[in-house]
Amino acid sequence: MTDTTVTTTKKDWSSDQEVRWCPGCGDYSILTAMQLLMPEIGTSRENTVFISGIGCAARFPYYMNTYGIHSIHGRSPAIATGLALTRPDLDVWVVGGDGDMLSIGGNHLIHALRRNVNLTILLFNNQIYGLTKGQYSPTSEVGKVTKSTPRGSIDTPFNPISLALGAEATFVARTHDMDRGHMQEMFRRAHDHKGSAIVEVYQNCNVFNDGAFAAITKKDARTEMLINLTHGEPVRFGADGARGVVLDNGVARIVDVADVGVDALVIHDEAAPDPSVAFALSRLAGDRHSPTPVGVFRAVEHEDYGVSLNAQLAAAQADAGPGDLHALLHSLPTWEVS
Amino acid sequence: MTSTEERSTDIREVDRIVVRFAGDSGDGMQLTGDRFASASALFGNDLATLPEFPAEIRAPAGTLAGVSAFQIQISDHDIHTQGDAPTVLVTMNPAAMKSDLPKLEPGGTVIVNTDAFEDRNLAKAGYDANPIEDGTLDGYTVITAPMTELTKEVCKDIGVKPRDAERSKNFFALGLVSWLYSRPTEPTMQWIREKFAGKDLVIAANEAAFKAGHAFGETAELSASRLTVRPAHLPAGTYTNINGNTALSWGLVAASQKAGIPIFLGSYPITPASDILHELAKHKNFGVRTLQAEDEIAAVGSALGASYGGHLGITTTSGPGVALKGETLGLAVSLELPLVIVDIQRGGPSTGLPTKTEAADLMMARYGRHGEAPLPIVSANSPSDCFDAAFEAVRIALRYRTPVILLSDGYLANGTEPWRLPDVDSLPDIPVEFASGPNALNEDGEDVFWPYVRNDDLARPWAIPGTAGLTHRIGGIEKEDGTGNISYNPENHGRMVALRDERIKLVAESYPATEIEGDADGDVLLLGWGSTWGAITGATGRLQRAGHRVAHVHLRNLYPFPNDLGEILQRFEKVIVPEMNLGQLSAMVRAEYLIDAQVISKVTGQPFTTGELVTRIEEMLR
Ligand code: SF4
Repeated sequence: MTDTTVTTTKKDWSSDQEVRWCPGCGDYSILTAMQLLMPEIGTSRENTVFISGIGCAARFPYYMNTYGIHSIHGRSPAIATGLALTRPDLDVWVVGGDGDMLSIGGNHLIHALRRNVNLTILLFNNQIYGLTKGQYSPTSEVGKVTKSTPRGSIDTPFNPISLALGAEATFVARTHDMDRGHMQEMFRRAHDHKGSAIVEVYQNCNVFNDGAFAAITKKDARTEMLINLTHGEPVRFGADGARGVVLDNGVARIVDVADVGVDALVIHDEAAPDPSVAFALSRLAGDRHSPTPVGVFRAVEHEDYGVSLNAQLAAAQADAGPGDLHALLHSLPTWEVS
Repeated sequence: MTSTEERSTDIREVDRIVVRFAGDSGDGMQLTGDRFASASALFGNDLATLPEFPAEIRAPAGTLAGVSAFQIQISDHDIHTQGDAPTVLVTMNPAAMKSDLPKLEPGGTVIVNTDAFEDRNLAKAGYDANPIEDGTLDGYTVITAPMTELTKEVCKDIGVKPRDAERSKNFFALGLVSWLYSRPTEPTMQWIREKFAGKDLVIAANEAAFKAGHAFGETAELSASRLTVRPAHLPAGTYTNINGNTALSWGLVAASQKAGIPIFLGSYPITPASDILHELAKHKNFGVRTLQAEDEIAAVGSALGASYGGHLGITTTSGPGVALKGETLGLAVSLELPLVIVDIQRGGPSTGLPTKTEAADLMMARYGRHGEAPLPIVSANSPSDCFDAAFEAVRIALRYRTPVILLSDGYLANGTEPWRLPDVDSLPDIPVEFASGPNALNEDGEDVFWPYVRNDDLARPWAIPGTAGLTHRIGGIEKEDGTGNISYNPENHGRMVALRDERIKLVAESYPATEIEGDADGDVLLLGWGSTWGAITGATGRLQRAGHRVAHVHLRNLYPFPNDLGEILQRFEKVIVPEMNLGQLSAMVRAEYLIDAQVISKVTGQPFTTGELVTRIEEMLR
């Protein structure tokens, strides 16, 4: 059934459906990154499934020439869980926006993460509701004026990376829609991870929340505003690495390296069993105007749920033999009537 | 009968007795009843049981709210219910007497644990005076025993502490009742040894209490009250005593085996359905995967995901859970994938009566989704029938690639009856076919795969991921007929709505002819569904013996209705629909067939008794 040796191109991974996002939407560059990455990953189209909920991001499966389900609002992690547990031979991707995954589907997301189901979850965070035409979302900043918050939002937003780490996620990363190479690296690593992997993608909604991330993601801002996390390296950024991150009573703080010395900087350890430092780093994205970490926050090995579940099935078969229907029906006390 | 009759060694033979064990939740009444049922089953009686217990895990001891009861009818002939009024009531405390004495038949026998009838317990039950002494029990045969003290006494000799010994008093009651009704004792002794293996003191205490109860009967001159019920003449075969949830679980496993695809169960714990999750979780060697999901929505979602991947997706719940799953069921209707949703109905609305029975989810099953979202509905008639109903639900889901709702209820879930085990080889295979290649030509004349091309059953192909050449995208947005591409075209939507309606109606073509019990050319038809089967069957027989020309049809398939149902209904002057709701099936048949179907409803958390049905039907026939 499977053929993993085929060589494919971007065209093979693009469906015949006309893409219907608004012109200029950040989703286009994410789609292109994915369609270009797929041939490199070297898996087959028939063994790849994209599952989404509802929202602009959730149209994604229609544009990938793979198997796909465009399901209902918020439920994609649950549906994908059933598929991943029964079909460990498949690559199951979950795609959704901040409303889909963090609001109506928040419960499914955190449980998929803590169970470590073998899913690759892409969270397109544009900090707004696009498809319903511009209401604030669970990641919108306090004070955001939208149609449903004419006097400004009074909701405290989620920090998706902090949330994922708190939900025991074993792979957590952040990237943004302006850097194809970085997106592809994050997507590839998330794909290769065993268990649940989540990548937050800062995505520009140019219609309802244009420029939400411009202060940190536009080309000339990145050096000073993006903190690239590199495993085993000190956490530093800025021109000539002049700035860095230290831990101050467990709280991440940005410093001038000249003031503290290189040795004082946090050495990024994505494989640290304890997520506390990763959590501290995740708190650095407090607003969209200060230096923000991107890259892999956490990547730890932990048995994936499907493997554990299927091991229990194998053990049960080893103990009790394959299911015997006749024996099952006779397993309670029986008597004969003649 | 009075307690002063002369001692006699004769045991009177009767055709049936109804025993009700009632006590505090902590008194072990469910276990006691269950053991009595098992011993009777092994003895060869036909039987039916009704466990009744409070929703609270530990309701306040000694109160009316804490009363737990187990009713069982044993018979020498084929019976279908737990019996109407008990012949014998075992009361372990005053609260049990207060709540259950009114249920006892006139002149029936009350067995009382006198030790529990002290001031504090009497007050908790709301008695001003002791009912054993104040004439409350006049007219009944009364058997009193200081069960707690006698149990403590026999346990003292074997070194069991009085507090621990007290817990064995239900075995004293069981021993006494077993003697009174000549039940075999060895199965219970053996069960005690197996159940408490490793806890020698507990085994010794329970055995001693059981024997003491048995001996109490022999020595206390109770012979006049002794009755026995001969084994029933049931059809030859191997029998087991089964409850509905176990039978339903096994039916699902059997269907999965006959279809050759493994079960994936997504479920969230809920009374009274959780036992199906527990049962299926045990059968991993059948390839059964169970996921205790984070909520009801994830439970059905994960099951749908598994179905998409080619497994048999199942979710089990009760009414509140079905309400939560509604949107996903709509998606399943739209995706046209197999899925089985098991609803063990309970009293509603809202939390309602979690441990009591009701059958008021039929309208929800039929209409409880937005848009036109039809799906087949199957329902079970008796505890053992849950096996066949589950098998039927899976058959329909797989053949027609549709979600199917299977309705059972709390009464069937926990009630038991003897079940003649089917020969597994006689169960039909359920053919399953996955799509393997292109099924259409595109505009350029190339072979392509379209997900919404239909077969003769109007089912679309089940094209599972991993199959080369069949990659496709499906979703909840309206699809173009054939290609499955997104379509907002008005005519296409009209066509798709009609196709989804028509294809579910086609399911009725696969049903056997509807069976009519009783006078097929009579005047009155009793139309039923679900767990009312036993009571309606009993009522049909009694009404016939009373000279009425009555027939009974019990529906396995509630949607679509059998194709011959309309013609059958037209044949009768009067159609009466007894149901445990305010008239849901009767409204559906009125709408469908324009007949004046009359409802007899009961919504008290209790099943119908045969007697009350007969009375109410006779009133309507007057
Ligand atoms: S509304 Fe925003 S997110 Fe949605 S497609 Fe348009 S630009 Fe993209």
